[in-house]
Amino acid sequence: MSDKLVIKQPEEFAFDAESEKQIEKILSKYPPKRKASAVIPLLYVVQDQMNRQTKSAWVPKVAMQVVAERLEIAPIRVYEIASFYTMFNLKPIGQYHLQVCTTTPCWLRGSDNVVAACMKATGIEKIGQTSNDGLFTLSEVECLGACANAPILQVDHDYYEDMNAASTEALIEALRRGERPKPGSQIGRLNSAPIDHQVSSNKPEAKSSSEGANNVK
Amino acid sequence: MLSDKDRIFTNLYGHDDWHLAGARKRGDWDNTKAILALGRETIIKTIIESGLRGRGGAGFSTGMKWSFMPKKEGPLPHYMVINGDESEPGTCKDREVMRHEPHKIVEGALLASFAIGAHTAYIYIRGEYYNEANHLQAAIDEAYEAGLIGKNACGSGWDFDFYIHRGAGAYICGEETAQLESLEGKKGMPRLKPPFPAGSGLYGCPTTINNVESISVTPTIMRRGAAWFAGIGRPNNTGPKLMALSGHIEKPCVFEEALGVPLKKIIEKHGGGVRGGWDNLLAVIPGGSTMPLLTKEVCETVLMDFDDLRKVGSGLGTAGIIVMDKSTDLIKAIARISAFYKHESCGQCSPCREGSGWVMRVMQRMVEGRAEIEEIDLLEKITGQIENATICAMGMSVAWPVQALIRNFRPMMEQRIHEYKANHGGATQVQVPAEFSVGAR
Repeated sequence: MSDKLVIKQPEEFAFDAESEKQIEKILSKYPPKRKASAVIPLLYVVQDQMNRQTKSAWVPKVAMQVVAERLEIAPIRVYEIASFYTMFNLKPIGQYHLQVCTTTPCWLRGSDNVVAACMKATGIEKIGQTSNDGLFTLSEVECLGACANAPILQVDHDYYEDMNAASTEALIEALRRGERPKPGSQIGRLNSAPIDHQVSSNKPEAKSSSEGANNVK
Repeated sequence: MLSDKDRIFTNLYGHDDWHLAGARKRGDWDNTKAILALGRETIIKTIIESGLRGRGGAGFSTGMKWSFMPKKEGPLPHYMVINGDESEPGTCKDREVMRHEPHKIVEGALLASFAIGAHTAYIYIRGEYYNEANHLQAAIDEAYEAGLIGKNACGSGWDFDFYIHRGAGAYICGEETAQLESLEGKKGMPRLKPPFPAGSGLYGCPTTINNVESISVTPTIMRRGAAWFAGIGRPNNTGPKLMALSGHIEKPCVFEEALGVPLKKIIEKHGGGVRGGWDNLLAVIPGGSTMPLLTKEVCETVLMDFDDLRKVGSGLGTAGIIVMDKSTDLIKAIARISAFYKHESCGQCSPCREGSGWVMRVMQRMVEGRAEIEEIDLLEKITGQIENATICAMGMSVAWPVQALIRNFRPMMEQRIHEYKANHGGATQVQVPAEFSVGAR
């Protein structure tokens, strides 16, 4: 917590036009007297705007006050939400947020290797740190809910699945070059289908690289 | 085994179009107006008769849950909340529905909301499922555009609005009352029950909360009939169910299978077998990390459904099956689960807040063997004091995995401790309370 207190906070924050457009849509979802429901969505709007403007997706304290004013709730109601929910970054992060799931199903399939590869490729020495070039922040996250495609490396919003050390390093190198490889399985699986495809789906006409694989009936 | 003609989720892997046109081809939104015309009572009766038990873990009758809602709308509006906060380790089924069968959710939401008298439904999707939420939002937009939801949905005369609310990384928001708190803009801390949500839920209004999968199968049940659904599986364990295989399996996957199929058959048919062969199996967690693990011996014969798994001291839970072969450091695997629950405890009840951290720390010492034999008993006793002493079921989640480890693999834990002592001179490592010391027994 202590390092969160010493970070440099911006003096002011105001929603830009794009954010305002999103906010209008968000507020229409909830009864007018229940605007407080929009606190999580508005914190996302803040984080996205920070990402657009500074290439670092985080929520400064002053922005929480702006959210509180907008929703007509006490600032503490926003602070407690921002600190309770782990997806809000309360300090600046790198341009790419590398989030490795290390919960048991991912761990069983080698998430330790993915963490090690992230460190090797970025030069980060400890989980939670940002690389010296400011490009990458490495986080350990709890179960991402894609266990049949373990291990998972989530980069910002995208899931990269069926990872190993080599594909992790390749992905990070690609990001460094400014590319954005296609998310999903990195070993050519069709989403969460078995690797040889078509055990339990009834769409024999489906085209995939594994056409002709044995169908278990 | 489930035959192809009985599958509900025919685009589970997303090889087909998930948009409205594709969904219609697969039979979604086919004359939904006629289903609504049956009326609330008939829809609820059909779902009860189908035997559908909640797919989110607890396994309570979905139709019964609907029937608890007030029959007539009073001064307070009714709400439908769909639980898409899929976060239980080992579970990844609702994700496939959201991204590849989103129209099943939208249509199910309409039917369920109509049945409970709600004009508004929210779906609470875990924050990490960003792309999945985008798919569902696109499906919702298409449904509005086509007049399937919104004012006079499907020409039925019923107005229905459907909104997505994204969470932000808190496992506890999968607990239904914590989810309501979160939807109201608060920290996800479970509420004391009663009052139950059907009496006082979202914004203090009558509310029903159902899992994504439970909602998504209702349109098919209404079309094909309660008898069809009830004819699959075993009595009291009816219908097909989405399941997932992860861990040390040849071919991890998500799949749909009838309830009541032997676990061993599922592992071999869908997962291509345990890595290194069946005899390489050490243990299986059958229903998400909360559920007590099963030994290989139990896995030989147990059926994958609510009642049979309960009979062997575990549970179906979410049907997220985690397979562990003999290379696994099982104590470490369970210690990681303890760390998960420590991380996700909301901090409201002291037995869970303090207990989950204590259990994690002791388990981490157990991994090294840096412990006393008596501490195994202590661990068992303390987890027993956590499991039923909390507002929500999280206490059980903290306790059960560890208790099952002790129950089934105690010699492994003892051996680890003996090894540590042998390597470190055998001195006493940790002080154990007198009542647990060897002399006291």
